[in-house]
Amino acid sequence: MIQTFAFYLFAVLTIASAAATILSRNPVHSVLFLILAFFNAAGLMMLTGAEFIAMLLIIVYVGAVAVLFLFVVMMLDIDFAELRAGFVKNFPLGMLVAVVLLAEMVLGIGAYKAGALNLGTPDGTAATPVGASNIEAIGGLMYSRYLFLFEAAGLILLVAMVGAIVLTHRQRGDTRGQKVSKQIARRPDEATVNVKPEVGKGVSL
Amino acid sequence: MIGVEHYVVVSSILFVLGVLGIFLNRKNVIVLLMAIELILLAVNINLVAFSAFLHDLTGQIFAMFVLTVAAGEAAVGLAILVIYFRGRGSIAVDDVNRMKG
Repeated sequence: MIQTFAFYLFAVLTIASAAATILSRNPVHSVLFLILAFFNAAGLMMLTGAEFIAMLLIIVYVGAVAVLFLFVVMMLDIDFAELRAGFVKNFPLGMLVAVVLLAEMVLGIGAYKAGALNLGTPDGTAATPVGASNIEAIGGLMYSRYLFLFEAAGLILLVAMVGAIVLTHRQRGDTRGQKVSKQIARRPDEATVNVKPEVGKGVSL
Repeated sequence: MIGVEHYVVVSSILFVLGVLGIFLNRKNVIVLLMAIELILLAVNINLVAFSAFLHDLTGQIFAMFVLTVAAGEAAVGLAILVIYFRGRGSIAVDDVNRMKG
């Protein structure tokens, strides 16, 4: 009973906040609704026992991506009213595509319910071991069978990070930055001078 | 009783909302990127639901890879947006024809 209630709560909130994301006038509200959508989707995943992915969704999306969006929305000074000019014009075409897509999905789900295609069943090698928690099982699988894919995912993140830094970094003329070559070229014997001033003559005031 | 069909219905509605968002907000790149995130979220819900349905963890592992790619895509997309705004003073997608490709 509680499962049914929780499912419908999360599902309705996810869909409603997704609709609000694409329809709201202010992009800041869009980002906040996106966060709500991701939070409720994490709840949906939690219901199936996929706790690791649910927590990852909250950490990665709510913690990083949504904040990045919020940061960019607030940093750029944009006239958002002008950007919504084509909203009414694009509405019929968008609705048409959406209805066609939804009809296809309904067809697919209906066909699945009428009797799914048998594409074989999983061989059980990736099943959760008895007594293991979700995170334990995912870790065991990720660091053995999917190790290279995992490393490739890390590489993708590295490339994305380097790309984002290279794109947005700029050399500004009016700031005094660190000159590494000059620092390294400096030797102790030319950097400091050893003097022996007489008493009372070292300082001129 | 909640079955895998319920999850598939939710994720397909979410997917359609994402596509609709791309069509409705054709001028606003930020909302376009958010719509793409919604589409990827729909894919993730599907992967996790079928992973639980089939008792096979591969779906959850691939959901994590989708998450990785989505995070990288958001970072690079927003970086492009920032430098575009720096050069033009606007983010209207209609003006993106400088390269005349």
